Amino acid sequence: MGRKQNRAQSPTPAPAPEPEAVEAEPAPEARPPLEVLYCSVCSFPIEYCEFGSSLTRCKEWLKEANEDLFNKYYSDEALQAKLGTLSLEAQAKLEQDTAKKEAKAEAKADAALKKKLASQIIIRRIERTKRKHVTAIQGLEAFGVDLKKAAKQFASKFATGASVTKTPTGGEEIVVQGDVAEEVQEMIEEGVGVLKGIPADNIEITEEKKKKSGE
Amino acid sequence: MFKKFTPSSDVSGHTPVKSSVQRSIRTNVLSQWKIEPETLEAIWPKKEGLVHVKCRDHISVYTVNGEPLFFQHFDEAFFPTLRVIHKYPYILPAVKIDRGAIRFVLAGAQIMCPGLTSKGGELPPEEAALEAGTPVGVFAEGKEHAVAVGITKMGTEAMKKTNKGVGVEATTYLGDDLWALETL
Repeated sequence: MGRKQNRAQSPTPAPAPEPEAVEAEPAPEARPPLEVLYCSVCSFPIEYCEFGSSLTRCKEWLKEANEDLFNKYYSDEALQAKLGTLSLEAQAKLEQDTAKKEAKAEAKADAALKKKLASQIIIRRIERTKRKHVTAIQGLEAFGVDLKKAAKQFASKFATGASVTKTPTGGEEIVVQGDVAEEVQEMIEEGVGVLKGIPADNIEITEEKKKKSGE
Repeated sequence: MFKKFTPSSDVSGHTPVKSSVQRSIRTNVLSQWKIEPETLEAIWPKKEGLVHVKCRDHISVYTVNGEPLFFQHFDEAFFPTLRVIHKYPYILPAVKIDRGAIRFVLAGAQIMCPGLTSKGGELPPEEAALEAGTPVGVFAEGKEHAVAVGITKMGTEAMKKTNKGVGVEATTYLGDDLWALETL
């Protein structure tokens, strides 16, 4: 954090003299870049937080991270100065919009979280020939798992082939060769490697038998 | 251009750029932007290979070490990404929008003339007038850093005169999907 703060202080005086320097003659050495402090909540440069959808949280973060800058942007005087440049109505509208946006973003995040908690991982054991099976794992992507990496992990763990395939419904699933449903469930519960952070009670194992065509 | 951009479906391939092609890109960038070779060297060292990321609709993004530096549509002008222009704001000519327009630009709108010609806005003076089709950095009233990178749709003098319609088209703006990608 200390490094970031140092950076944040440097840009304020820096930009003014620079443009003239270009006109005069190209500097023989590379010119140092401006350091911009980005908000860690909304990723915008901090002066644009007010237009983002998480102003309250941005403010809290900045207050903790860098009190000086917080006062620069959100003190009463700064707010007063801003009012001067915009008509009162427009300002009111802007504030209203921001509040609305914020509420919306929050609701969205909530819904996403809920969906994440409710989503299921389905492990299917599919019969190929008599004693041979493949295991299909569905729904890992809802927990932010990189399917390709997970497939690689399964492949090296079980020393079999594992691939990411498209399902007819449009999604993607991991298919592991061999009957490894139980082991996969264990792995997910333990959270090995990329499978971290998945609630264990959302896993379901089902079995799919091949229809007997001979009879 | 990058309002909707998902790397998994919109990127069709990464290829390292041949050194001869890199050389020609370098000269092109140097001639198009107001940047001295030493500074360009600092953001894009000769030793680091440039990677060409081919995207849908003839958009090419060029990255160094996975970080997008500039992009190009077909074989038109090069645009720096916003992060680059935040670090080196002088490399493109600047226009300024008034405070009222900021939130629309952040939502991905094109930049209309009145937002540039009104009291808070700023256009280059007559002697430094820009023609249509020039890449510009879009700054905002009361803000230090650029809010977007765009291309002028009409000359700056024409903007002052007609004061109607789209003046600058934002190619990338704060908060779009290219901004969200820190590495590609």
